[in-house]
Amino acid sequence: NGKKLNAQLEPRVTLLDALRDQFELTGAKRVCDRGTCGACTVLMDNKAVYSCSVLAIDAQSAQITTVEGLGEPGHLHPIQQAFIDNDAQQCGFCTPGFVVATKAFLDQHPNPTPEQIKHGLGGNFCRCGTYAGMRAAILQAAKTKGA
Amino acid sequence: MADDNSKYGWPAADQRTLIGKRISRVDGPEKVSGRAKYTYDVHRPGMLYGKVVRSPHAHAKVVSVDTSAAEKMPGIKGVYIIQDKGSEIHWAGDDVVVVAAVDEPTAADAARTIKVEYEPLPHFVDDFTQPQNVPENTGPLTRRDLFQMLDDEMPEQQFVATLQKRGLAFKVAPALIKQLQDDEQPENVIKAIQAAPVKEPEPNNSSNSSYKKEAEQVKGDPDAGFKEAEVVSEGIYGCPVITHCCLESHGSIAEWTDSDHLFSHISTQNVSGLAGQYAQALNIPEANVHVHQDHIGGGFGSKFGIDRWGAYTAQVSKKAGGKPVRVMLERDAELEVAGCRPSAFAKVKVGAKKDGTLIAWQSESWGTGGPGGGGAPPMPYVVNIPNQRKQHTAVATNIGPARAWRAPNHPQGCLITMSAIEDCAAKLGMDPMQLMLKNIALTAPSEDTYHRADTYRDELMIAADLIGWKQNWHPRGQDSGTVKRGLGLAIHTWGGRGHESNCALTIYPTGSVEIQMGTQDLGVGTRTAILIVAGDTLGLQLNQMELKIGDNQYPKSGGSGGSTTIGGVSSSTRRAAIDAREQLFAKVASALNAKPDDLEAVGGSIRVKSAPSRSLSWKDACARLGTQPIQALGKNPGPGDLISSGVGGAVMADVSVDTETGVVKMNKMVCVQDCGLVISLKTAESQVYGAMIMGIATTLYEEKIMDNNLGTMLNPNMDFYRLAGIGDVGELVVHMMTGKGYDERGPIGLGEPPTVGPMAAIGNAVANAIGVRVPFLPITPDRVVNALNPKGGSNATV
Repeated sequence: NGKKLNAQLEPRVTLLDALRDQFELTGAKRVCDRGTCGACTVLMDNKAVYSCSVLAIDAQSAQITTVEGLGEPGHLHPIQQAFIDNDAQQCGFCTPGFVVATKAFLDQHPNPTPEQIKHGLGGNFCRCGTYAGMRAAILQAAKTKGA
Repeated sequence: MADDNSKYGWPAADQRTLIGKRISRVDGPEKVSGRAKYTYDVHRPGMLYGKVVRSPHAHAKVVSVDTSAAEKMPGIKGVYIIQDKGSEIHWAGDDVVVVAAVDEPTAADAARTIKVEYEPLPHFVDDFTQPQNVPENTGPLTRRDLFQMLDDEMPEQQFVATLQKRGLAFKVAPALIKQLQDDEQPENVIKAIQAAPVKEPEPNNSSNSSYKKEAEQVKGDPDAGFKEAEVVSEGIYGCPVITHCCLESHGSIAEWTDSDHLFSHISTQNVSGLAGQYAQALNIPEANVHVHQDHIGGGFGSKFGIDRWGAYTAQVSKKAGGKPVRVMLERDAELEVAGCRPSAFAKVKVGAKKDGTLIAWQSESWGTGGPGGGGAPPMPYVVNIPNQRKQHTAVATNIGPARAWRAPNHPQGCLITMSAIEDCAAKLGMDPMQLMLKNIALTAPSEDTYHRADTYRDELMIAADLIGWKQNWHPRGQDSGTVKRGLGLAIHTWGGRGHESNCALTIYPTGSVEIQMGTQDLGVGTRTAILIVAGDTLGLQLNQMELKIGDNQYPKSGGSGGSTTIGGVSSSTRRAAIDAREQLFAKVASALNAKPDDLEAVGGSIRVKSAPSRSLSWKDACARLGTQPIQALGKNPGPGDLISSGVGGAVMADVSVDTETGVVKMNKMVCVQDCGLVISLKTAESQVYGAMIMGIATTLYEEKIMDNNLGTMLNPNMDFYRLAGIGDVGELVVHMMTGKGYDERGPIGLGEPPTVGPMAAIGNAVANAIGVRVPFLPITPDRVVNALNPKGGSNATV
């Protein structure tokens, strides 16, 4: 998120656990813990990664953007605002992962089709079932970003 | 004024400023920016991390536990044996030992050094095979048997005869008789219960102790009904055990603030209800337990208790000198031990006349709710066919303990009933929509206060319009090509009366408003709904008030289950806000040269109804309170008629099925739902969307797959325990029934009802598309192909 952070860690510590336990960045969540559900998605050098499946030592000197780095209440990113406007969250546990995955997706596909959304965000799961709001949110975010 | 209940009502439609409007959830900004703190995110000072040793056996005795190596390891602060030598394990993954260490990897290393010896015992995890030749349970009736018989409206003569023959397994207390009288049970029934002999339960009379066959339930005259029937259709249907798969697993952070005071951050649906559970498990006074939770990452019915892990997290914290210890279940444990919806299977016969009139039902059902067996789902569901014979066998298994899962037993009962009715319609060559409308009178509950059958009819018509039933429906199996399209429907119900709730509302002289309530927001919009009700009553915007929930130090409110939250919290908030508003009016009336009754609170001001220009801003009005804030405590139940119970809904699904690959694709699904007065429209709609999506996952993907040989779950991970993704759900349409006939019933819970119908509607759509029934869920490609080729290759089993 634009800050330089240091920690001394065992080699087996994942990027996800380092962010959460060392730096109090708890937006990214550990859910499946094996690169399936996408709740731990962060950007590593502007590319979406499952931070549960990246070792912290492999992320040394990389630029990491978490959901906290995209925006904060009062200064939300257009994607975050679109998630609110379209009620694209319920319990909200998967939401940070989806917001970050959407950022990476829209960077690649600034004007996505519904078909592209299906595939581009197929790497994240939501249990409450908020996909209807998400589809609308992603389309709105694509528009507001272009405006 | 004080005894005038009529003041406690809901505002008329044209008076509502916030209620029923589409308003964004108030905790949205925290959630989308990653700032919302879940139990899993809480980092207490000096916090230790717990890891658990779990049983690899589904059924075993613990022979020995050796923790000596772990206790000597550096960084280990506490070891607690949960199930010591001699304990009996009833499911794989059950908790045996917990260790607490300075970090997670150290805890995991220590857990690996713990040696547990087991004596494996025979296990049983097959709930799918139909129980054969099981003798009926003829022992004395339990309380549950008795209420089941009453619920099923067994004919009086048969009821009395059964009671005399089997007797009761318990002594009848005066309170039970009073309850039966209050329920207006017939006098002869009550007399028979009083006169029934009390007997000792017989030793197990079943040859296979895994099965418990319940008494046959008969209604009307099923033999005559089937004789009279011109068409009889038969089928077999069912759905497996599924898990809750909450994204935030179960767990807590426990710490002892002194030798007998516990502070727990816990992921729970039941903030106000846990202190008593801790008190009992830990032998400390209930008042010494502080429970806190800001946000919860999913519960769906599985998070009402402190659970075994809640208790041992506190125990191991004590061993570690009271330091905070966090134990959140790993994903595999979450799926193995923390969530389990009972399975249900049934062989069904339905008899009808040629014109579609349903006259007879017969079912033999079975299913498992874990080691206890479990009860029968309600059948026939909603459609109360006049002549019935049904028998249920509970299957006790080592699959894991059942927990409530959104609308307990209803989705299963709905699936079996609506599938059987659809099959009957197909045999009659009739449009199932027409068959349902023909029999709509059978859907009226016995105490119908608001014409439920009319609601179902209206909802079916609206849903049919939205999905294009007229244009797109075709008789079963008559679509050509390899990819076949089909439509299906289901109707469903739920109670959803508001639970007990207390709301403390304070208006300060500065104008600020604070609301406290010991409730929780599961992500359904409870925070937003409470503020909408308070804001609508006080004439304020949501951001002008501060709401505090998620802590048991606030006034007690019920657990969020059974769709009881919205009715509870909105009515307690409404009463508190009306009382507070009345007090404020009394204080400022003289300044406005009016009577308190002539005032209204609108748009951030207090003004005279007949002369709106005579007004005080909210801030100025509150300044007149001097130094004394206004405090009001609203309760539910309480004065006035604010809530009710009982809703109806209709679901229609449109699918395409590839008959070569067996893949089912969701084209569209529609849910038309009634929930009385809608408080928060936007989040209410979200809840219905979510219910449909969960329904798609349970229909097409979800199954707790057990290994019969090992007794363990084969797919305790999210690769193979699959949820629906954004590309799997098709187009979704939600229509809420609102306005006259609905609003006046007050808010009724919405969490359960829309989860009920989807399985049945999708299953029926698949049958309509491919021309044959896929009997068992989930409807995976292999099951579709097998249903299409019943005599196919060597793998043609389902």
